[in-house]
Amino acid sequence: MSRSLYYADAIREALRQCMQEDGDVYIFGEDVALYGGVFGVTKDLFHEFGPKRVRNTPLSEGAILGEAIGAAVYGLRPVPEIQFSDFLTTAMSPLVDIMATYHYRVGTKLPITIRAPSGGALRIGHFHSKCLEAWFVHTPGLKVVVPSTAYDAKGLLVSSIRDNNPVLFLEQKKLYREIKDEVPEEIYDIPLGQAIIRTEGSHITLVTYGSPTYLALKAAALLQKEGIELEVIDLRTIYPFDKETLKKSFSKTNRVIILHEAVKIAGFGAELAAFFAEECFEYMAAPIMRLGALHTPIPTNPVLEDHYLPSLQDILDAARGLMKY
Amino acid sequence: MEQLTKKQHLELYRYLRLTRALEDWIFYICANQNPQKPLIIGKGYLSTGQEATSIGAAYALEKEDWIAQSHRDFGALLIRGLTPRELLLQYFSKETGPTKGRDANVHLGHTGKHVLGFISHMGAMVPVANGVAFAMKYKKKKACILAFFGDGASSQGIVHEAMNYAAVFKLPVVFICNNNRWAISTPLEEQMAIKNVADRGASYGMPGVICDGNKVEEVYQTVLKAVRLAKKGGGPTLVECKTMRMSGHGTHDRAKYVSDQEIASWKKKDPIMHHEKLLKKLGYADEAYFKKIIAEVKSEVEEATQWAKNQADPSIQNQLEDVFARS
Ligand SMILES: Cc1ncc(C[n+]2csc(CCOP(=O)(O)OP(=O)(O)O)c2C)c(N)n1
Ligand SMILES: [Mg+2]
Repeated sequence: MSRSLYYADAIREALRQCMQEDGDVYIFGEDVALYGGVFGVTKDLFHEFGPKRVRNTPLSEGAILGEAIGAAVYGLRPVPEIQFSDFLTTAMSPLVDIMATYHYRVGTKLPITIRAPSGGALRIGHFHSKCLEAWFVHTPGLKVVVPSTAYDAKGLLVSSIRDNNPVLFLEQKKLYREIKDEVPEEIYDIPLGQAIIRTEGSHITLVTYGSPTYLALKAAALLQKEGIELEVIDLRTIYPFDKETLKKSFSKTNRVIILHEAVKIAGFGAELAAFFAEECFEYMAAPIMRLGALHTPIPTNPVLEDHYLPSLQDILDAARGLMKY
Repeated sequence: MEQLTKKQHLELYRYLRLTRALEDWIFYICANQNPQKPLIIGKGYLSTGQEATSIGAAYALEKEDWIAQSHRDFGALLIRGLTPRELLLQYFSKETGPTKGRDANVHLGHTGKHVLGFISHMGAMVPVANGVAFAMKYKKKKACILAFFGDGASSQGIVHEAMNYAAVFKLPVVFICNNNRWAISTPLEEQMAIKNVADRGASYGMPGVICDGNKVEEVYQTVLKAVRLAKKGGGPTLVECKTMRMSGHGTHDRAKYVSDQEIASWKKKDPIMHHEKLLKKLGYADEAYFKKIIAEVKSEVEEATQWAKNQADPSIQNQLEDVFARS
């Protein structure tokens, strides 16, 4: 049985079912207990599982991730919430220095899933809107997941929690109550590292992940009327990422647009571009196009933020440009 | 202890009333604006009911001093010379505002008025205040800086680092913890295992003092003593102002997690009511005077709104400028 669920509610269902499945899974973070988190994602879980498994912490991200590491070494399966992914900057040492390197150095598994809302377009400024995923993909030892649908959010969170490695689960805060789709009632998983083709097309591969997926689909619908077919690939997991699916699509289209909400310069798109250049050169018929945000801090003002972010028009222009090759 | 003059008492009253009026107005706009075409970008973060902490502390400063304000310090910002017009430009995200319309609400700074640029990361500006304090010493200036942070922010490692650091170098900083009992939905009891943040002073090697954060004259006297010590080279002090967050975390938050009793008991300790009583007792003012000030600040805020509303919005033309200084 499946029914339509909001993105946020699908995440809560994954948390609930993972906690039912495994008594060592527990949640902690700022305001996650009675209040249910600032986005209401953990709402009601406190009533269901009690204060031991759903716990408020002091305002201390460094200590939160420190606890996650220690508890995981001892055998628990911690699922900390960082209120906004922007605040990971105050916990970089436990995350990057300890968590990411632990298994390689000490040989002990760290089954930790860090949930952190990410992304902008909500007019809440530089400190609540950043997309920092490239930093973490650049850090060996972390898996990075960025779901774009309710269905994926649930299945990928289940996989992340069951995974024996640290996973940074970057929830798209813009989608929490904007996106609703069919989600099975029972627990299921979606393997990490598998992309999905959102719409098929033969002219241009558009690679993206997270909330820009919807922008890409809009562009695909518009371009189709002009006879330009986009194949929209949603990566879902950006480390590890699905090279097979990308290569297969690119071997057909020979053209690619890479789209993300993060700053374009040295964003994750640069890694993807390098992948196409290094490993798919024989299929390339046109320049690799990247679309991302401007190289500035994120403005709060709507006019500036809209201009800061990659737009529908940017995709249309890039696609039309590529068709000249 | 030095007594406040009548003029000072009345000036403090005006700041209390102006801050209240400005923030009531911000609350009103947030509640009534068209979400499709908002005047205020984002939410309001208000100090309503705890204004005395920010105002009493900043009032102890002189012109050459600085502040590293937190997100409920409009009182201190007004004292530092930011005007209601400027603060509304910031809330309306206008091009001529303190952050050129790039940032909004409480995320601002003003170097000319000796106000550091606040960021959201709680407590992050506390070590930056140390830097200003160090530079004051370096330049042999008899000045100091107030570093404001909340009870929640006090749990950030960097705040502890900064206090230890300031004590080691005897920096002219006064740490002001506005302990308003809540950090979003998290009550004090879940934030720390101690009763008083001020108790931590001893562990860093600096005085830790407590004052009633709702009594503006008491905050002033307490901070003034710490400011004088700092300027004499006596190093930092940790001042804890006990108060209460009387509204939601932001204008979007109805704060259902706070009990009605807690609010009711603190209502009786409202800082403006307290100050009015004091002014009457001292024979400095009467009801008619209060009415006059209330009307004055109300029209000041309304005038500022009308003016700020009509200022230019930022444009995308110069959006890429200023990431780096040009010279
Ligand atoms: C490092 C960091 N983590 C989380 C947040 C989200 N957040 C914003 S305000 C706040 C509570 C702040 O409480 P407190 O310091 O007591 O200040 P108050 O709001 O009560 O004035 C939290 C958790 C943040 N801004 N910074
Ligand atoms: Mg507080």
